[in-house]
Amino acid sequence: MKGLGIVTTEASAEPTRRDFLFIATGAVAGVGAVAAAWPFVSQMNPDASTIAAGAPIEVDLAPVAVGQDIKVFWRGKPIYIMNRTKKQIEEAQSVALSSLPDPETDKARTKEGHEQWLVVIGICTHLGCIPMAYEGKYDGFFCPCHGSQYDSSGRIRQGPAPANLPVPPYQFVSDTKIQIG
Amino acid sequence: MSGPSTYQPQSPVMKWLEQRLPIAGLVHSSFVAYPTPRNLNYWWTFGAILSMMLAVQIVTGVVLAMHYTPHVDMAFDSVERLVRDVNYGWLLRNMHAAGASMFFIAVYIHMFRGLYYGSYKAPREVLWILGVIIYLLMMATGFMGYVLPWGQMSFWGATVITNLFSAIPLVGDSIVTLLWGGFSVGNPTLNRFFSLHYLLPFVIAGVVVLHVWALHVTGQNNPTGVEPKTEKDTVPFTPYATLKDAFGMSCFLLFFCWFIFYMPNYLGDPENYIPANPGVTPPHIVPEWYYLPFYAILRAIPNKLMGVAAMFGAILVLLFLPWLDSCKVRSSRYRPLAKRFFWAFVVTCLLLGWLGGKPAEGIYTILARVLTAAYFAYFLIVLPMLSRVEKTLPLPNSIADDVLARSNASGATKVASLVAALALAGGLLLGGSGNASAAGSEENVPPSLQWSFAGPFGKYDRAQLQRGFKIYKEVCSACHSMKLLSYRNLADPGGPGFTKEQAAAVAAEASIKDGPNDAGDMFDRPGRLADPFHSPFANEMAARSANGGAAPPDMTLLAKARSYDRGFPQFIFDFFTQFQEQGPNYIAALLQGYEDTPPAGFTLPDGSYYNKYFPGHSIKMPPPISEGQVTYEDGTPQTVAQYAQDVGSFLMWTAEPHLEARKRLGLQVMIFLLILTGLLYFTKKKIWADAH
Repeated sequence: MKGLGIVTTEASAEPTRRDFLFIATGAVAGVGAVAAAWPFVSQMNPDASTIAAGAPIEVDLAPVAVGQDIKVFWRGKPIYIMNRTKKQIEEAQSVALSSLPDPETDKARTKEGHEQWLVVIGICTHLGCIPMAYEGKYDGFFCPCHGSQYDSSGRIRQGPAPANLPVPPYQFVSDTKIQIG
Repeated sequence: MSGPSTYQPQSPVMKWLEQRLPIAGLVHSSFVAYPTPRNLNYWWTFGAILSMMLAVQIVTGVVLAMHYTPHVDMAFDSVERLVRDVNYGWLLRNMHAAGASMFFIAVYIHMFRGLYYGSYKAPREVLWILGVIIYLLMMATGFMGYVLPWGQMSFWGATVITNLFSAIPLVGDSIVTLLWGGFSVGNPTLNRFFSLHYLLPFVIAGVVVLHVWALHVTGQNNPTGVEPKTEKDTVPFTPYATLKDAFGMSCFLLFFCWFIFYMPNYLGDPENYIPANPGVTPPHIVPEWYYLPFYAILRAIPNKLMGVAAMFGAILVLLFLPWLDSCKVRSSRYRPLAKRFFWAFVVTCLLLGWLGGKPAEGIYTILARVLTAAYFAYFLIVLPMLSRVEKTLPLPNSIADDVLARSNASGATKVASLVAALALAGGLLLGGSGNASAAGSEENVPPSLQWSFAGPFGKYDRAQLQRGFKIYKEVCSACHSMKLLSYRNLADPGGPGFTKEQAAAVAAEASIKDGPNDAGDMFDRPGRLADPFHSPFANEMAARSANGGAAPPDMTLLAKARSYDRGFPQFIFDFFTQFQEQGPNYIAALLQGYEDTPPAGFTLPDGSYYNKYFPGHSIKMPPPISEGQVTYEDGTPQTVAQYAQDVGSFLMWTAEPHLEARKRLGLQVMIFLLILTGLLYFTKKKIWADAH
């Protein structure tokens, strides 16, 4: 601004008041800009219909025989429901916790009185591939992408995955019916 | 963009960068040190306002595209889903839809300003031509954007506008087929319009860069039209123009937000809340308001090719303006005759716009022809003639001289214009509230009822919405679907206020077709909260055959898809009083408008009923509700008038479920903007105090 002759540069009598006005204007404008950005971020979240579609689902277990498994989808995720054999249950219960990378008992991963049923989210905790059931060395799941091996309780035993297959929230509505979610 | 930069980087990092990419220097010379005439008035802030609007349209548009589905079967519903279900979806959609109108309001002011002050004259011809190109691109973009929601006006707008090209001799039909990608407007058309609607704004942004570049080479024009001669005539862009622009933008945002939060459907056409139907043209089709003057010119000419040529010619003539007006004096301030013709031209454009919205018949056509002649005469006869014969007033020696002379005389006029503006606003408000009651007295115009959701603080009456829902469930839902509403919505905040359990119980009463199951069969199951309302008929043909050939319309959007003309000047008052209740007024009136014996001379077709509020008066729906038909548990009178109002209220909610959130956020935003605008005003005043 210096050198532009017409612009008088006389010092303001009250520099503090002037500064306050400038700072207040800048601050209010800044707050407005941040507040205006919020809807543009918030709209990226799941919309109401997506959330509503993620409501709990019921699954009938009656058709699943011992040694079989079914895959159902809840919130776009594959859920393995496995009717485990006696051998699988014993293996899952007898393994020493200290030998597990992510120690967790089989009891904590199943519902009491319904020990033959394993319900897990079938997404490898490594990078999101779908492991194959009844594959691998531990009678459980094997992820073909990067070789992670899960046991018959869905716990990680070997390979790059850091954690067990998560158990979704579910409960038994009757002996042959569960509600997931 | 204006010669070598005077920018001196201070920090070593900026010095390093400046030697490799002088971007900071470019910004500094273009938007900080750039000398701007010190006498620019507020009409010059519209350049900045337009840049802001382009940014708003691009940002909201990119976001809307994340939720939009460009398919003829899904486009309409995807827009409604976005408005209803996406977080702040209603806000983003209103911003984008009203934003288009705001963009055009700003561009028209910007263009008329250029016209008045002769900003197109040498050496700014290229600057002006680039502006006309931007305007053309805006029109194309706006048109294609209007097609995307795939309502009735979208579809028929697309049909009519693409058919303009069929007027071209020999190749016209081939061009139209090329535009459509089919034998008629259809899915390929919608897909390519979506693609181009996403592309063109970035092309506009590119031309805007050229426009600003050209501006910064020649420098800005100013109200005197005299070029700056010394440094006394200019002030640096920052902080002077920056703050003045910021204040202008803030004022414009206030105006913009009035539409976003309070009048979102004021500038739209209710027909566009009816999904596209290639078999039925709406009785009165009009383009968006910003095309109306050109639409009037098109219809004024009784020959197809000539009409299209005149319409495009009306825009293209602007390209030649720098040579049609060869007067050496730029500003109309010093051209007494040109000034008068300018205002006559403004009136011509406004009247053409009004005529574009009127039916093309009788006196309207004659007027449109006269005004079309006047439009072209202004450019082709008046301006060239005036350049030769007009005696112009003496120009000031310099901008600084002019500023000094005017600052002595300005105080009184400023106060006078402020008083005049306030008086006008007050008069409009008063007129609005006075006429609102008078408007209903005319015959066959639905009477204006009292609605709890009207006005800036309006809220739905929960008990009334529940009563309305009861009527819908027990009466309307036998024939009318409600496809865009889900059972979960009954428990949404701002709605009828049912609990989740109550809503789930309502859902469970419905039987919903689902499947296929493991055996591959479809099966029926009780409804869930996430399900949309169950439709009474399996498909439209079933609805048609069960109702004597006329399918009962889906009711979700009925309160926004039905309207009636409020006429001039009532629609201007409506803007100030925020009158938005044509839909519920009409619905409530229709339910009470049945008459057993049609007036003498009216022949009622078989199987139809006479309704004095229904357009054409012959309606297929029998009187749907009678006194005492629905039992109210809360002691509300069980009259048809009460039923009608409760249904009207309920349908307003189904059409506008976020109305309460919209008005609540609107109040917060308005208060915030008033504070910001006030602060910017005083900051701007403080800064400019040095320069005056």
